[in-house]
Parts: sequence; structure tokens; C-alpha cells
Amino acid sequence: MKKIVSVTVNGVLHELAIEPRRTLLELLREDLGLTGTKKGCGIGDCGTCTVLLDGVATFSCLTLAIQADGCSVETVEGLAEDGKLNRLQQAFVDHGAIQCGFCSPGMLMTATELLRRSDNPNEQDIRRAISGNLCRCTGYQKIVEAIKAASEDTS
Amino acid sequence: MSKHRILNTRAPRVDAADKATGKALYTDDLKRPSVLTGAILHSPLAHARILNIDTSRAEKLPGVKAVVTHREAGTTPYGVSPARYDETVFCHDKVRYVGDEIAAVAAIDLDTALEATSLIKVDFEELPVVLDGRTAMDEGQPQLHEMYKNNICAQVHWHFGDIEEGRRESHLIRTDRLSSKMQDAAFMEPQSILAETESSGSLTMWSSTQAPHYIQRTLAMALNIPLHKVRVIKPAVGGGFGPKASCSSAELATCLLAIRTGQPVKLTFDREQVFLHSRARHQFFHTMTTGVKKDGSLAFLEHECLLDGGAYASFGIATIYYSGSLLGGPYRLKNMKYDGHRVVTNKPVCGAQRGHGAVIARALFEVQLDRIAEELGMDPVELRLKNVMEAGETTCNELFVSSFGMREALEAVRDSAAWKKKRSSGGKTRRDGKGIGAACGFFVSGAGYPIYRSRTYHCTVVTKVDEVGGGVTVSSGAADIGQGSDTVLAMITAEELGLNLDDVRVLSGDSSLSVDLGAYSSRTTLMTGHACREAARDAKKQILEAIAGKLEVPAETLDLREGKVVSLAGELDFSRLRKEYLQEHKGFSDLPDTPQLTFAEASRIAFLELGTIVGTGKYRPPPLGGSFKGAKVGTSPAFGCSAQIAEVTVDLETGEITVGHITGAHDCGYAINVTQVEGQMQGSMMMGMGEALMEQIIYDNKGRIVNANLAEYKIPTALDMPHLDAIIVESNEPNGPYGAKEVGEGAIMPVIPCILNAIYDATGVRIEELPVTPERLVAAMQAAKSRRG
Repeated sequence: MKKIVSVTVNGVLHELAIEPRRTLLELLREDLGLTGTKKGCGIGDCGTCTVLLDGVATFSCLTLAIQADGCSVETVEGLAEDGKLNRLQQAFVDHGAIQCGFCSPGMLMTATELLRRSDNPNEQDIRRAISGNLCRCTGYQKIVEAIKAASEDTS
Repeated sequence: MSKHRILNTRAPRVDAADKATGKALYTDDLKRPSVLTGAILHSPLAHARILNIDTSRAEKLPGVKAVVTHREAGTTPYGVSPARYDETVFCHDKVRYVGDEIAAVAAIDLDTALEATSLIKVDFEELPVVLDGRTAMDEGQPQLHEMYKNNICAQVHWHFGDIEEGRRESHLIRTDRLSSKMQDAAFMEPQSILAETESSGSLTMWSSTQAPHYIQRTLAMALNIPLHKVRVIKPAVGGGFGPKASCSSAELATCLLAIRTGQPVKLTFDREQVFLHSRARHQFFHTMTTGVKKDGSLAFLEHECLLDGGAYASFGIATIYYSGSLLGGPYRLKNMKYDGHRVVTNKPVCGAQRGHGAVIARALFEVQLDRIAEELGMDPVELRLKNVMEAGETTCNELFVSSFGMREALEAVRDSAAWKKKRSSGGKTRRDGKGIGAACGFFVSGAGYPIYRSRTYHCTVVTKVDEVGGGVTVSSGAADIGQGSDTVLAMITAEELGLNLDDVRVLSGDSSLSVDLGAYSSRTTLMTGHACREAARDAKKQILEAIAGKLEVPAETLDLREGKVVSLAGELDFSRLRKEYLQEHKGFSDLPDTPQLTFAEASRIAFLELGTIVGTGKYRPPPLGGSFKGAKVGTSPAFGCSAQIAEVTVDLETGEITVGHITGAHDCGYAINVTQVEGQMQGSMMMGMGEALMEQIIYDNKGRIVNANLAEYKIPTALDMPHLDAIIVESNEPNGPYGAKEVGEGAIMPVIPCILNAIYDATGVRIEELPVTPERLVAAMQAAKSRRG
């Protein structure tokens, strides 16, 4: 039986009737058409589905949609400000932190959480924060550099 | 200062902003009306005869629109190499590995499709299995395929120069062994396919593929559809690294379901299916005997290799050739003998993966060089420097290296990593838990020949100038799978036409746009780069000729630079052309405000003169390689080369290995995009490090993968990876556009051996089986200790 779920996604309130066994990832990708959030494994191993649930980096593939009832969800689609890349996104672009791009949405959300709670993370802080987000293209070097640069850019 | 305005910069990727905002669409993100969901029934058994397939219950399940087996699909054999077409869309006589495809279903949603696959009843007669590649050729072993006697799928026997003479010349000869486990490419995006038919009978398939052209051919052949009716489109792809270069049963099945239902069908693998489909790195067993003269120069190499390839051939024919041929360099080696066998076993199928065929062979050879250096009392870097080839030389197996910065790369990492200071003197290892190791490698910059025998151009590019003026659109079948080829094509076009990067639109990855063999063998920058440059120059010539005609000056006196037409022969009066342009742009606000004629004006006026302006370019390598059997594999118009130094710390109690730093230098000829070259190098270091230390597919005794997920199949995380230094060496390759050649795969070659050599320096122990897990290392250290007493 479907349950009614009220969830604020990127600042917009949505009310949905949804099967209790469906995941937050399915709600985002299939019900709301927000396909920026990726499914790389479906079992919490890869981190590509990471979103912020009430500000906390969360694997949306391991979160039931009904658990997000009454919550605020942020996805990669909500990061740009006034139609422009925010400083973290811009740093990813400028530093070559994006190759195939499949890990990028989850990586950006994890880094967003890190930068909100830490003004000046060092390299080890950054590596620890993104250690649940797998990337097979970059060797992580340029991702770490981009997050560091974004943390230092106070403009 | 660079002689180019756009090239050799750190221009951001053209697709980066879309990927940073979630706008980039991958196949599974695509939506079609009334789309059905596909699912596949995989074999639960590693080897069995199919007695009967009963789909009646599945067909009756409400919501099921089609169920297909070999009866619907036919049994046209297909594969990668035409000489080894050993697959059919679905199994018909036997299943040969756990995961082999038996049937597929299209239904209104995934739950229904999966339930339907569970309702298909297959009667099997279980057969004995072959799981160990080392015994697969033995008499009395079960046979997988009638066409592969003794389970031998391919064998190569080469002898270049004279091994016996090499033996006689040798002062020191030693034999070493190294084996590996099957691996997974572990790209982040699971394969996804969307197929749709039109009433005209045309078929369009969107797929996370690396090679739209080959897939188009395979779909047409195996499904018996005219080639021109098949269109393959590659949306954004989340990494490939090789396995996505071959046509899959899932692609064929999804197309068949779309044809039979008349509705779009989408099928996306879950992560376990990615592992089952595999087509990733083979399992290698190498034995090498190498002889050197007193001064350390190489005298000969005798190399035996056994490849366990899983159940079908896939890319494996190329793999077994590459394993041998790519030891011809980067060192001077006159005498080389190679005997390679690729066997089939009842395991998921191996194919191409970054550094195709050559990675484990390279690892053993570079380890052996270190062992030789130690016995000779030479520094391992010095031993290598003594032997490296220089540009203009040809290997014993007839590979010509037209540019070769091997020496520069090795010296660069030696100096950057402070090798001389850190490496203990006299070839003695430290054995104190800290170690440093070096290695080299080289790789093709594009395969010299297509996979099927043909005189086809390897790529064509069409550059159309916007009729409205101002921009251009580059159309290419090239496949950007994350490596950044779209950006390379945009940069080359902008450079040639004097445009900004954002004036160039790149359409790519679509078989209807142009011919391009795809993203494999590190070919795109060199090959498609050539065609792209030619197309841009063709378009430019047409524009300038039209303008020159209007101005009544020779076209050679005009050029396009920084968005404007410039005259090389004194000032010209453009006012008549400007007037013509302004007349048709009343009400526009972005009108030209410079004294010179802008590209927008020039391209518009050229269109008014000539009609649509289209520049075309093409590339096909010249005939390459020797005349011996298999001489074509390993040929390339150019070769990239790489040197790396790894520094490791080993916990001598637990065997835990921490890689503290990797310094790499790669000769890419000329860096079209500096950031992207570094990115390819760093990504290669990560994949190589995973293969050296943690990556292995584990099977149970029934041929089932035990660790088909990204938690138990470990790849390096950000915490595992050290700081990676990437040094670019530029040797100006004469056969590459602007001097450019590969970086995508050459940079993985030294990773494994430089780590193995560093582990030896740290522990005094050599490991002969990859990956070097803590368990294996501890066991080896204990064994060494008990040997020493």
C-alpha cells in the first residue's frame, strides 16, 4: 500500500504517494526525474547516490523514501546558485576533478557536507570524508585538490 | 611559450559543467514514452547442456510483453575477432559460465520482468567444469567448445632474432614467474541499454558503449538487420576501461525485445551483472627467462604465457598477442621468443582492460630487471637507462618508435623522486619496512588495424560551419567515455579556426555521424585528432576562399585568428562585407565592434556565397608491422612510454602495505590538454595500484563469483591512494596531430612493477602471485625467514 510522503527537495516541497519499499534514490530518479543522483551499485558500496538528508551525506540507495518524510533533501541539481556553478562545482570543473562524471554528483554532495562543517579541512580530512565515494577515473588527486581549493576560496 | 592559443592549456572539459550539475545524461537517465524494462535470465551453472527451455509461465505473467530465447534470436555466431565468433545472443546448446545468458524478458516494470525470468524453466544436464586455466589444456579435461580443441582458444609462437645466440652472449640468465587473478574494470556506471524501433524498420540503440561502430556492425550481423538501419548512440558514459568495447548479449537482447514488442526497452545491469558480464582483465601466468651481458645490456628474452580467458574469446585473441608483442620495447632487445596460449574455462569472460594484455607481462619483466640489477650490483634505474630505446629505432618484432621520451621520463622520475638519495647503495635492499621501486613501460597509440579485416578509415570527422555564422559543429563517431575526447576535438577545432572553445559544439558517439572505431587502444587523440584537424582546415579553407573572392585578394593572404579574419598582406577594407552583414541583422545587439571582420561575419558571408560549408577529415594509419603471423597486433603509428617510482611502507608484522607516493612521467608527445593528460596518468596509477595490492575476482568450486560487489572486490579509495605526481614529457611525435600521442593506457604499465619492486626493497621478499595482499606478503616473509633459518 502506498504511503504519502512529503519531502522538500532542493527547496521545493513535493507530496508523493509511494510504495513503502521504494528507496529515496528511486523517488528522486524515477518519481521526480532528478537523474543527477546516480545508482552505481544499489547496496551502499560506491557512494554515487549520495545526497544530503537534512544536511547529512546519506546513501539514497539505502534510504527508504518514507524515511525522508518531512525531511529536506539536497541533490546535485540544487547546488548551482542563480544558474551559475557554485564555488565547489567550479573548482571541480577548473581542477579536472571530473572525468566520466558518474561519481561526481555523490562526490560533490559529500564535499558540500564537509565544507559546511569544516572551514579549513586538510588533505587527510578531505580524503577521509570522500572515502565512501569511489572514483575509478581520477585517482582522487584532482578531486582532493578541487575540494581543497574550494575550501580556500572565500570570494 | 606555447605556439598554440588553445592547445597545450588547462582548458576545462567541455562536458564538465553538465556533469557538475547533474545535467549530463547517461543511458539509464534517458526517458522514452511507454518504455518497457528488460531483464536477463543468467545461467546458475558453470557448465551444462540445455535440454529444454520452457517460457510458457513467464509469457502468461500479466505485464510481460515479450520473452525471447535462442528460438527467437537465432544462433548467428558473433564475437570480437571474426576468426573466433563463438558467442550467440543466447545460449542454445550449452551454458558455459555462471552468468551466461539464456533468455530475456520485456515487461511493464522491473519487478515484473524479474519475476518473469524466475518463471522460465530450464532443464539442464550438468557437465563437469574446467575452472583452473593451468590444467585446462590437459588430456581428459571437459571441453567447452567444439572449435577449441583441448580448450585452446588461441596460441602464438614467435621467435625474433636468435635466442640461442642470446644465451651464448649472456653473462647472467635468470627465470622468474608471476601470475595474477581475474579482475574487474569496476567502472562506476553499470552497463545500460535503451533500444527503440521506428516504423521504417530502423533500430536505434543508446548504450553505455566504448565503440558505437563495432556495436552497430555486430547488432546488424547477429540480428540480421541491414547495417544502415542500425544506429548506435553513446550518451554520457561512466567509464569503460575496455569491457564496454565489445558488443554484449544484453545489447543484442534489448534490441531484439524492442523489435518484437514495437516499444522502447531499457535494460540496466545491477552491479552483480557487471561482474558476471565481466570482459575485463584476464588471469595471466607468465614465465620469463632473461639473459644479460656483463655490462647489463639485454641479450634475450624467452617468454611463456598462459591466459585464462573464461568461457568465450571476446577480445582475447588480441590479448594473447599483446602479451607478447609489447615486450619488444621500451628496451633494446634483439632476441625474443614468445609462446602464448589462451585457454577457455567455465568462468566469466575476460577481454580488454586498460593496458590490454600487457600489464602483467610488463610487471614480471620489470621485476626481473630489478632482480638482474641486484645480481649485477647495478642500480635498477641505471640498468634501465642502459637499455632504453631511442626515437627512430625498431623493436625486434618490427615496431617502429618514431618518437620516444623513455630516457627523459625515467630521468625525470629519478630526479623528481630523489631516487639516488632514497635508494640504498650497491643494489642492497633496505628490508626495514620502507622501500622505493622504479619501472618503465610503453603502449600503442592506437591499434594499427581495425578488429575486422578492412581498408576502412579508422575515423572521419565532419565540421559544419553554422549557416547563421559564428560557430561550428564538429560531428564524430568518437566515443568520449570520460577520458575527454570531446574536449580534445573542440580544442583542435577552436585552435585551427581561431575560435573560442565555447564557439565549438561537439556531437559525438553516434554511428550516424561518422565512422570512428571507438575508444580503445588509446587511439582517439592521435587518430580522431588527425581527422578533426583536417576537417577544421578544410572548413577554414572554404571560408577564406569565399572571403578572398569577395575581396579579390589571394586566399593565402588571409587567416582566421582569435575570432577574426586577419590579412597577412597589409590592411584590407572589409566595410562592404560588414555592411552586407549588418543589413541582415537589424535589431540584433551583439553586432561586430572591431575594425576587423569577425568570424561570425566571415562565416555568414561565406555561407551566402557557397551554401552550407562542411569540412571533412579522415585518418587511416599507413601499412604497419612485419609479415609474420600476428604481426599486426601491437602495431601503431606511435608509442607512448612511461616511467614511475613508488615509495611504500610495509608493516613487517601484519604485511599491510601503504603506498606513500607515486611519481610518474609519461611521454604523450604533446599535451593537447595538460589537465586531462595528468588525469589519465593519475587514473592509471590508481587502477594499477588496485591491481597490485587488492583487486581479485574470487570463485567458489562451482565457478560462482564470491565477491561480485564493490565492497568485497576492493578498489582503492581516497584513503588508500597516495599523492600522485604526474610529470608530462613531450617528444613531438611526427605521426601525431601537433606531435600528440597516447596517455590513456601507457601510464598503467609501470604501476604494478614499481610497487612490487618497492615492496621488495622494503622487505627483501618477492611475491609471485598478484595481488600482494597482506596475507600473501606475511606468508612470503615467514617463508623467507624460515629459509634463512
